[in-house]
Amino acid sequence: MKLKSLVNQRKNRSLSGTIALMVFILAVAAFMVFPLILILGNAFKPLSELWLFPPRLLPIRATTDNFTDLFSLAFGSTVPLTRYLSNTIVITVAGTAGHIFLSSMCAFQFAKRKFPGSKVLFTIIVLSLMFNATVTSIPNYLVMAKLGLIDTLWAIIIPTMGTPLGLYLMKNFMETSIPDAIIEAATVDGANEWVIYKRIVMPNTKPAWMTLILLQVQTLWATGNNGFIFSEEKKTLAYALSQIGAAGLERAGIAAAVSVIMLIVPFSIFIFTQSNVMQTMSTSGMKD
Amino acid sequence: MSKLKKKSIFKYATNYAFVLPYLTIFFLFTVLPVLISIFLSFTYYNVIETPVFNGLANYQRLFFSDDLFTKALSNTMVLALIIGPGGYVLSFGFAWILNEFKPKIRTFLTFFLYAPSLSGGAFAIWAIIYSGDRYGWLNSILLSLNIISEPIQWLTDTNYMLPCAAVSILWMSLGTSFLSFIAGFQTVDGSLYEAASVDGITNRWQELWYITIPSMLPQMMFGAVMSITASFGVGPQITALFGNPSTNYELYTVVHQLEDYGSTRFEMGYASAIATVLFVIMFVSNEVVKKLLAKVGH
Repeated sequence: MKLKSLVNQRKNRSLSGTIALMVFILAVAAFMVFPLILILGNAFKPLSELWLFPPRLLPIRATTDNFTDLFSLAFGSTVPLTRYLSNTIVITVAGTAGHIFLSSMCAFQFAKRKFPGSKVLFTIIVLSLMFNATVTSIPNYLVMAKLGLIDTLWAIIIPTMGTPLGLYLMKNFMETSIPDAIIEAATVDGANEWVIYKRIVMPNTKPAWMTLILLQVQTLWATGNNGFIFSEEKKTLAYALSQIGAAGLERAGIAAAVSVIMLIVPFSIFIFTQSNVMQTMSTSGMKD
Repeated sequence: MSKLKKKSIFKYATNYAFVLPYLTIFFLFTVLPVLISIFLSFTYYNVIETPVFNGLANYQRLFFSDDLFTKALSNTMVLALIIGPGGYVLSFGFAWILNEFKPKIRTFLTFFLYAPSLSGGAFAIWAIIYSGDRYGWLNSILLSLNIISEPIQWLTDTNYMLPCAAVSILWMSLGTSFLSFIAGFQTVDGSLYEAASVDGITNRWQELWYITIPSMLPQMMFGAVMSITASFGVGPQITALFGNPSTNYELYTVVHQLEDYGSTRFEMGYASAIATVLFVIMFVSNEVVKKLLAKVGH
């Protein structure tokens, strides 16, 4: 294999330096995926192989017992697994769709229109990027209680529609990727704001909404017990699976199977959206 | 109201209609909670009775008579200093190395490095790696290399808890800022590099310092905000591995204390004062980083 075909060629590059960097980054990549391969290996190990000394990364006799045990446990509980699954799907789909719809409408205005207050409002949104949401969970509870959202799926769906990161990325992307001239031309032709949004803005911001899909699904799919929902039949898949996996040593293999199942969704979405995400991120910079 | 003003509000009605749905939710669940925190931090509030104004009492208690807060604050600062700048430098450095590769390999490696961030729920796997018996991965590796003779209790021995927490949290720290950096390197104008090599830049380090970093400042600012936000929110990850409270409160952070007062003891006024202190710290860190970054490349 020729080194030249792997790296970008430039004049001011020493060969030894390039090789050193390659070896280094491969070692880093190995470190990063090691825990994930460990989970994958454990998920297919029979109970007898989970505690060997020295431990083995991959199973000797691979088995799918952990997965079948997981499903029999899950369907044997008072609330069937399908219920948790449908809760998670509802949260993920509604939260993602709502966030993309509302934030793209708002981002369109911030990116392409000027109106009294638009600057200040956007500055507040940028400022809020620096506040970690964990810190506001208590007053958040008070707000939700006042609105009657506690113990409903809305307690997760509605707040996630208004998260600032998605709006910020969307606005930056629209600013650079939609030429003002197209919008002006459409306005001259008599198109109203809604038509411009639907026919021009949305079709031209596909990379941005793919990015928002990734970010939203990543968080929403993993939603566990967040303190806003108490009824068992309204709880999420991540919560239910973690309960099954948490029940002690003999469930360690099942816990690994749980992780593998939870990882499939965000991993496939990332593979599917990666090039779009990169396009969006190239406009993510913060000017002053 | 004058006719002109009426007309101008009408003129912008569509604009406001477009931003209103998003902004309503944003204000209700992001801005309002911050304001409520600040307000409640000057009160005594136990959720059942109405809040009673008590001035700076919460802050006095926090800074002068709560030893646990002092401990939590210093733990938080130490963790944030490791995870914030650490995660930031790693994200930038790895993105820079990836940029040397052709697109296909870069895509492949990006996936591997970003995979931990995608697998939030799988964080507990570190419990198996750090397991205190000889079946734990770290112990078994060190035992078989004869570096240690007895298994180490990584998750409860106060000598090792901080490094273990740092490694596992850094493992997940190649997040949004990492993706932003990778994309940012792509946007640097290639002709700048050509010109630079004519101007006498001879190695990749000079190229990085004189050309790449100055052209990537906007991305670097965005990445810094993301890193700071993540680093001060550390808490849930620690609970997952070390429990709450951790041995000797060694990894007890401000977020843990916030949870204790907010969700267990229902001392909302006091909890809000803790949250407000965190807001101030996050805000100040961001301003400092902004100032520092403005100096780079000038």
